[in-house]
Amino acid sequence: MNLKELYQEIILEHGKNPRNLRKTDNFTRDAKGNNPLCGDNVHIYLKLNDNNKVEDISFEGNGCAITMASASIMTDLVRGKEEKEVKEIVTDFLDMIKEKDELSTQLLNEDEKTKLMCLSGVKQYPMRVKCATLSWHTLTSAMNNSQEIASTED
Amino acid sequence: MNIDQIKKEFPIFDNKVQNNDLVYLDSANSSQKPRIVIDRIYDFYSKEFSNVGRSVHYLAVAATNLYEQTRMSVQKYINASDKNEIVFTKGATEAINLVANTFGQKYLDEGDEVLITELEHHSNYVPWHFLRKSKKINIEFAEVNEQGEVTLEEIKKKITDRTKIICVTHLSNVTGAILPIKEIVRLAHSKSIPVLVDGCQGAPHLKLDMQDLDCDFYAISGHKMYGPTGIGVLYAKKKWLEDLPPYQGGGGMIREVKKKGISYGELPNKYEAGTMATAQVIAFNESIKFLKKIGIENIEKHEKELLDYAVELLGKNNSVNIIGNPQNKGGVISFTIEGIHPHDIATILDEDGVAIRAGHHCCQILHEKLGLPATARASFGVYNTKDDIDQLNKSINNCKKIFNLK
Repeated sequence: MNLKELYQEIILEHGKNPRNLRKTDNFTRDAKGNNPLCGDNVHIYLKLNDNNKVEDISFEGNGCAITMASASIMTDLVRGKEEKEVKEIVTDFLDMIKEKDELSTQLLNEDEKTKLMCLSGVKQYPMRVKCATLSWHTLTSAMNNSQEIASTED
Repeated sequence: MNIDQIKKEFPIFDNKVQNNDLVYLDSANSSQKPRIVIDRIYDFYSKEFSNVGRSVHYLAVAATNLYEQTRMSVQKYINASDKNEIVFTKGATEAINLVANTFGQKYLDEGDEVLITELEHHSNYVPWHFLRKSKKINIEFAEVNEQGEVTLEEIKKKITDRTKIICVTHLSNVTGAILPIKEIVRLAHSKSIPVLVDGCQGAPHLKLDMQDLDCDFYAISGHKMYGPTGIGVLYAKKKWLEDLPPYQGGGGMIREVKKKGISYGELPNKYEAGTMATAQVIAFNESIKFLKKIGIENIEKHEKELLDYAVELLGKNNSVNIIGNPQNKGGVISFTIEGIHPHDIATILDEDGVAIRAGHHCCQILHEKLGLPATARASFGVYNTKDDIDQLNKSINNCKKIFNLK
């Protein structure tokens, strides 16, 4: 176990000053997610343009440093991507957290991948994996226009 | 009272947890188990096991006697007037569900009110909420004050002529507030309203005397009293247990079963359908003996000393904010640290072997009132020492360091 790996500077910084922590004007899709075990919650707002590209994405909510940093980094990375691409990135991230060592998507550059890999520290803390994945599951719900509240409990 | 000696009775402390000595500050969640309780379960299964109350063979009779001995031990321990006022359940949650279900069925109608408090654990709210759905009753909340307590005056204010039962915690698992149960009961009874007490946190830490408290129902959790999981107790005045309908149906709780009708068994069988947690009930007797050997007054005094020490030490640690300041407080400290979420605190403390709880502690109503989504909580048991609190404070400082706080 290594706390330094879990709480890397970039996580602490995003946790303290989350990007896109607001509500998108005229959002086209949104979804809420919560982690019933600890009460963390996020609300993702998505604005897709006519070409199905993410024109804006933002979130509201509260949670631990990991939850907030993950949502912050995620919202930064998917802006400008097409719906299909967003889904690929989400799947790739969740696979990495679950079982894979690396990210394999070609849709992110090395810098962006490095940023995301900072969240891989949670793999050593099974109880905290859900903090890292909450916003991603919620983004999937928003993309699918699901009215159900996304949950970290399957 | 020699804490080092007492601590040695708990095998969990013999082993390192992630290479650290365990600093267990999560007893409000569940307490650790002394060796005699653990051994009793092993011995019962290996040498004495049989189902109780059914067969006439030697082992069955012996097991039944052991099972009933726990009932008598509990009766004496909480000074109930009759052994049949002790009903075994799977926990305090089931005890409260039993009352909500049976009392609700018989005595609650549309528009009736159940008065609870904002301090209640979900287990003393959700079972009543079911009746809000099925019977259209209303639930009223006595409010918590700035000190994190619920006063007698506040309860008085919330009683109306529709109040049918008052359900209150003995000791808050978040703020540690100890409620004036005796006075609440006296007030309620003057208006012919019965009182249910959630005694999850009361039973392991306070001296109990049912005849003195005079409450109608008292719910106890075994695993918070140094006992096994899967066992709880509902204390209920005999008049209620005789009057209320049965809760679960099945074997053991019946007198006679015909195609056209069924009659139910006598107390306590009426409320103990199916095979109960036999080994756990029998081992729970050892928990009671353990508590009696040390003396609950000594435990109370020890935990009060720890609490005072912790409040002073953490109070001096800037950026630690202790939740609530009740006049009468048990060994529970909930706190926040400005700039660090409670889950992060819990993970970082865990790395030093310090086990605390973080979250809403099954009290979302209270946390909403406090305007906090989560808090961190350290809670004490008989095995804790001032060294544990020093380590807690040291690990809190480590959190601050990791998060670059001063």
